[in-house]
Amino acid sequence: MRIGTARSSYRHDEALFDSRTQYAWLAILGVALLGFPFVADEYWLYLACLVAINIASATGLNILTGYTGLVSLGQAAFMGIGAYTVAAFEQKFGTPVLLNLLAGGFVAMLGGLVVGLPSLRVKGLYLAISTIAASVVLHFVFANWHSVTGGHSGITVAPAEILGISFDTSFRLYWLFVPITIMMVIGAANLFRTRIGRAFIAIRDRDISAEVLGIPLLRYKLLSFGLSSFYAGVAGGMWAYFFRVVTPESFPLLMSIFFLAAIIVGGMGTILGAILGAIFMTMVPEALKLIVGWLPLSTDATLILSPVRTIVFGALIVGFLVFEPLGLQEIWRRIRRFFHLWPFRA
Amino acid sequence: MARDTPLLVSALALAINAQHELAARKRQSAGGDKVHPGKVNPILEVEGLTLSFGGIKALSDVGFEVAPGSITTVIGPNGAGKTSLFNTISGFYKPSTGRIRFEGEDITATRPPARAKLGLARSFQNIALFRGMTVLDNIKLGRHTHLRTNVLDALFYFGRARREEMELRQEVEERIIDFLEIDHIRHMPVSVLSYGLQKRVEMARALAMRPKILMLDEPVAGMNREETEDMARFILDVRDEWGVTVLMVEHDMGMVMDLSDHVVVLNFGKLIADGTPAEVQANPEVIKAYLGSGDVSELRERLHQTVAVGG
Repeated sequence: MRIGTARSSYRHDEALFDSRTQYAWLAILGVALLGFPFVADEYWLYLACLVAINIASATGLNILTGYTGLVSLGQAAFMGIGAYTVAAFEQKFGTPVLLNLLAGGFVAMLGGLVVGLPSLRVKGLYLAISTIAASVVLHFVFANWHSVTGGHSGITVAPAEILGISFDTSFRLYWLFVPITIMMVIGAANLFRTRIGRAFIAIRDRDISAEVLGIPLLRYKLLSFGLSSFYAGVAGGMWAYFFRVVTPESFPLLMSIFFLAAIIVGGMGTILGAILGAIFMTMVPEALKLIVGWLPLSTDATLILSPVRTIVFGALIVGFLVFEPLGLQEIWRRIRRFFHLWPFRA
Repeated sequence: MARDTPLLVSALALAINAQHELAARKRQSAGGDKVHPGKVNPILEVEGLTLSFGGIKALSDVGFEVAPGSITTVIGPNGAGKTSLFNTISGFYKPSTGRIRFEGEDITATRPPARAKLGLARSFQNIALFRGMTVLDNIKLGRHTHLRTNVLDALFYFGRARREEMELRQEVEERIIDFLEIDHIRHMPVSVLSYGLQKRVEMARALAMRPKILMLDEPVAGMNREETEDMARFILDVRDEWGVTVLMVEHDMGMVMDLSDHVVVLNFGKLIADGTPAEVQANPEVIKAYLGSGDVSELRERLHQTVAVGG
């Protein structure tokens, strides 16, 4: 039941979180995030770092595809740009970690601006195809620009180091990645409280009337591409520090599809959707692996079950699309609504 | 007009008339009389506008003026080129010849977003609201060109972004939402609203643009009588209280004749009449365009009867 949340100022009404209950839950989430590394083992910390990276990238793609309506299959390639930039900076200049991550973001942003140029004329599936083309070109560059990318063998990245502390374990990287991801998610949420975010949604919903309302389409579509690939670049940079080796095969087209699937399953055009989608897409294969591991089966049966796992994962995605087209975030909202109204209305 | 039952039209006109008289009285008490087009510098001038799609001329040599503070209506049978004219004025179509001047400045080659910034706002015939946003966000979006928030402000929601959003919220609430009586729906997504309310939200969004001229494409099409009355009242109030010039396309003749200071008639892309409502009603070309050729004097008499009952 939710009562006593009457708002008395516009600021209060426009806040991201507006009730005491929400603040209480946020506090619990904060404590959980702080406490998690001390109770989790190496495997779960590894997953947590991966989830943080994927949330950052999925949030970026959500700005472009979920909010601005421009379908992109280039997110992994932009992550690649970020990862290579970070690797090259780390290897050649040894600059500070946070600066490298920012540089990764900005270089990826430049890539995104170039790839975004056709978006004024090309829409929908055609734009998706042109972003695939861009990612193929980028893959070629990664594989053949030997002096910077090290060709097919790639670059090995030294562990991130801040103030003499070497971030060489998942436990330490957790303290680097989670705050960065939280900042990026809050940034995206803020974006959609202002005129920039509204302009993006306007372009998605009806680009012609957006133009009459004074929104220059090309500029805002490029801005969306730029922001989205900045997010991808920073996520790619974190990826480089996490896996510590960057090769052209690290960022396949399949990974772009992974992110697109994440925001669709999570719920396009909502901040929570990208978060839930990224968690789902990262964790469910692992959860299925665990479940198969628990089953009392012989080694042969486990071998047979591993493709079954993939099929179950695929079926889950299809199931969500059919039964909840608005994604996981809608399920979340429905649960919230239930408790807001409970016990007055079931 | 030909298809409308005269009874319905007159009933409509009567209802609107009451509102109109009220507004007229208000205007007189404010010291202003009906605005006569042509006496002051026009806010919008259209001159020799020709627009063709392939071999078809949607508009040929159309020219008229809109006086500041007036309500000017473009009428004409279906397919006469009214919406094409609107789209050319708001910048979607590029005319092959002719000029559009706004406050004396040539805007023929200006892109639509820049026209919006100058103070040209419009609504669409088939409602063009952003379905993924709430009513409030749709209205706020109208202010886009007048805000300064950049990406960095937005990401951190700090300083300018926060200040601008709060000022905007307050103004939208106090001036627009109260004025158009849509406070009960402000947090609803626009897709769940009735047609009449959607039209009103679209008008709210246009008002948030700080328009100097408000272009309404069929503001009361498809509305029931009550909604039509409300909209007519809002249009008059926008002109009287906000000082915004109104240019509209409308088929509801009762409303056109009651509200307008100046009527422009198009037929087959050509301007066939241009003047006060009374002048236009008396114009044989107009009667022919609406009712088809035939015995003009008899038809004119029928039209006058209808209007006489109505207002």
